[in-house]
Amino acid sequence: MNVVPEKLTAKDFATDQEVRWCPGCGDYAILRGVQNALALIGAKKENTVFVSGIGCAARFPYYVATYGFHTIHGRAPAVATGVKLANPELDVWVVGGDGDMLSIGGNHLMHVVRRNVDLQLLILNNEIYGLTKGQYSPTSRAGTKSPSTPMGSVEQPVSALVYALGSNARFIARSIDSLQKHMPEVLKRAHAHKGTSVVEILQNCIVYNDDVFADITERSIASDRQLQCEHGKPLLFGKDKNKGLRMNTQTLSLETVTVGENGVTEADVIVHDEKNRVLATLLAALEPPMPVALGVIYCDPAPSYETGVMAQVDAAKAKAPNPQLNGLLRAGYTWTRS
Amino acid sequence: MSSASASVAATTQRPREELESVVIRFAGDSGDGMQLTGSQFTQAAALAGNDLATFPDFPAEIRAPVGTTFGVSAFQINFGARKIMTAGDQLDVLVAMNPAALKVELHNLRIGGLLVLDTDEFDERNLKKAGYAASPLNDKSLDKYRVLQLRISDLTMEAVKESGVSKREALRCKNFWTLGLVYWMYGRELTFTTDWIQRRFGKEPTLAAANTAALKAGHAFGETAEISGDISGFTVRPADLAPGLYRTVSGGEALAWGLVAGTQLAGLRLFFGSYPITPASPLLHILSTLKQFDVVTFQAEDEIAAACSAVGASYAGMMGITSSSGPGVALKGETIGLAIGTELPLIVVNSQRAGPSTGMPTKTEQSDLYQAVYGRNADAPLVVLAARSPADCFEVGIEAVRLATRYMTPVMLLTDGYIANAAEPWLVPDVTKLKPFPATFATDPAGFHPFRRDDKTLARNWAVPGTPGLEHRIGGIEKSYDTGHISYDSANHQRMTNVRKAKIDNIAHDIPAQVVEQGTETGELAVIGWGSTFGPISRAVSNMRGEGFDVSQIHLRHIWPLPANLGELLRGFKQVIVPEMNTGQLVTVLRAEYLVPAKGLNKVSGQPFKIGEIETAIRAALEQ
Repeated sequence: MNVVPEKLTAKDFATDQEVRWCPGCGDYAILRGVQNALALIGAKKENTVFVSGIGCAARFPYYVATYGFHTIHGRAPAVATGVKLANPELDVWVVGGDGDMLSIGGNHLMHVVRRNVDLQLLILNNEIYGLTKGQYSPTSRAGTKSPSTPMGSVEQPVSALVYALGSNARFIARSIDSLQKHMPEVLKRAHAHKGTSVVEILQNCIVYNDDVFADITERSIASDRQLQCEHGKPLLFGKDKNKGLRMNTQTLSLETVTVGENGVTEADVIVHDEKNRVLATLLAALEPPMPVALGVIYCDPAPSYETGVMAQVDAAKAKAPNPQLNGLLRAGYTWTRS
Repeated sequence: MSSASASVAATTQRPREELESVVIRFAGDSGDGMQLTGSQFTQAAALAGNDLATFPDFPAEIRAPVGTTFGVSAFQINFGARKIMTAGDQLDVLVAMNPAALKVELHNLRIGGLLVLDTDEFDERNLKKAGYAASPLNDKSLDKYRVLQLRISDLTMEAVKESGVSKREALRCKNFWTLGLVYWMYGRELTFTTDWIQRRFGKEPTLAAANTAALKAGHAFGETAEISGDISGFTVRPADLAPGLYRTVSGGEALAWGLVAGTQLAGLRLFFGSYPITPASPLLHILSTLKQFDVVTFQAEDEIAAACSAVGASYAGMMGITSSSGPGVALKGETIGLAIGTELPLIVVNSQRAGPSTGMPTKTEQSDLYQAVYGRNADAPLVVLAARSPADCFEVGIEAVRLATRYMTPVMLLTDGYIANAAEPWLVPDVTKLKPFPATFATDPAGFHPFRRDDKTLARNWAVPGTPGLEHRIGGIEKSYDTGHISYDSANHQRMTNVRKAKIDNIAHDIPAQVVEQGTETGELAVIGWGSTFGPISRAVSNMRGEGFDVSQIHLRHIWPLPANLGELLRGFKQVIVPEMNTGQLVTVLRAEYLVPAKGLNKVSGQPFKIGEIETAIRAALEQ
């Protein structure tokens, strides 16, 4: 008799470990969002693996009741690649912060993305180093004052999603820690995509970088600064959904227009096409005062890495079924001494 | 008519002189195909039943400027009717294809040795590039050698003119002309090489024809007695090797096959993550052709990712292996620490090369022993093994898998540039007779936690993702001994550090007791070595014992932990000498571990020890 598996809830994905993030940290909300997503997609605990590097965000695996591997700084994508190649049936999630993924781990991020290893890669971006007590990070805005930049950072930040696209990502999406309904849906899409799904989640660090995303999340301006990207629908935003993005063909850039003003109609507003790489690049780079693109910005699947690797292994095995090591050792030139 | 004249010529030749062993070095420009020439001669010698050892010695540059001394590529082979232990100290024959090769290699040729020169290459321009003020062919500098001055380039051009190749292609055949001559010199069959040429150039019949013609012309040149006044042919009889099926094997091949065999004996699949580096890359190349054995290879973006992918694969239940040379192993250090902390099996192959930093990538050294034994942050013990010869890599590969899986630990496997590229005859083992050591995965949720240990081995249980009910989290943070959860408790850290150390120390009782290779178990002098110094030490000790000296040889495979009986063994000798291609690393470990007054014999020239160098040290120790 088949036992019908009980449908797991978000709570089933919580561990008995005391969560050790600062009170009010955005990571709590993201953890909840991920646990909700796991329930939503019907994840199997035993087949799910969370791999992380080092940093506040990288504590994530300890709090998800699946398999988990808390590795070393920056290297989670490389470890996860090994896990996925060893067992392509596993559902692999990589979680890290902006320092972990884009500074020390920037190289591995590039390569896991271009190889298109089938995993979900969550970048919890708070634009600061939290665990080491508040230094500026590779996503910190120019001028950021921190213990290591008391006069302000003189570096330009990197955009996680533009970098991912530059590395040939086939799926990029963005959400915000506080968007509890939005995030699980985005993660569900990321999970459904076969290949590397890069999801940037804007995360508030209440201790070292509080309100750094206020220009996106502040209630009074949120509707003007958050653009929900939905495939096949016009890129409209604003409280009355009457603002939209139009392509300025002179400057090859996106501009904000208001439908009904200056002769602008909804027909002038770009319809989101998540397979359009050029559009995705423009959308991913938007920042205040323009609205920030959320949701699935780009999704255009291509064969995943482990599929290709295993196809070659299978082809070699099909060509030489039941190979014997003794035969290999005796192949080529041999001679016998009596 | 031609056959008649050939047979007349053959009968007028002097009879072949019989030799016990011969050392030949083929040297030329890196574009002259000397490595190919050497490896062909190696196969021919092996097929003729000789024992042999080779030493490919080539520059780091793929194509150094033509004719320069730093572009000289050489291949040395020692073959004989007796057991061959090294590639040879001094050359009996030097083949120098240009002035630069002569300049670089001549000092290795013994007085009275045979020098084969392509005089066509000794023009003013090439002499100048090699740094000769005047041609050595015209002064008396070569008088102490037997010199065979041949217009090899011209003779090759003449030989291949029928085949229709370009002048450039024709000149590239001169290595085969030379090989043909040397084949004649030692009475070798051409068949192996003509077959090889047909396979290699099957799709380019003109090249196949040209190379075959050059080979045969060189052979005929010797046979038709055109040089009979200068030189006779030689016979080197088959060596007295144990009966059985043989092949030649390089260190890279033997190691790849050993790792596959070990993984099969453990009942696992093999994952190999690597990043190209000289001289470690052959392992990656060979394993990537073994996918039919369920081998997964991954060329990572860097050394760190290579090691991390292997750790990830081990975590998910494969035998994770990574490889590099010293600089790359340095980059893997933190990842190795992760494997130590999470107690996952991992094999790290280090094909050592001359350092520090980039050093001399194609030159051999064994200076990473400290790095292997001690080279990580914190108390981070692991297993260190060392292969002694190309063929020995097979057994050491198997042992690495056994210890990594039985003890859930990283194993550092040391080989070196010499072993990786050298080749020797190998009595092919029957892998079906090897004893399996199946790895086991935890499956029972009752009482499970990830750091539950086996009482005897102290290894933690291995639970892989995909196993229902065993979901757990591990990581680099210290774990509670009792639950496996993260723990910052100070007493727990002491306990965990102690158990990690005890686990590795205890392996000393699960490895064979150290044996004495030659000589008595106590006495005047022990020469103890590790790695590729095995050959020269063996021959030196054997020679000195033949002269009546009281000297014994000990050679280590297990560097860490050291065999349980080693301290007692060493204390049984009045003196201990440790020859190493470093400035004194094993000697320091032995002194630290056993308080024995061991003395170093050290060399870091990028070249293997000569037998004579070790003999001199033995003589000095025993005659003082």
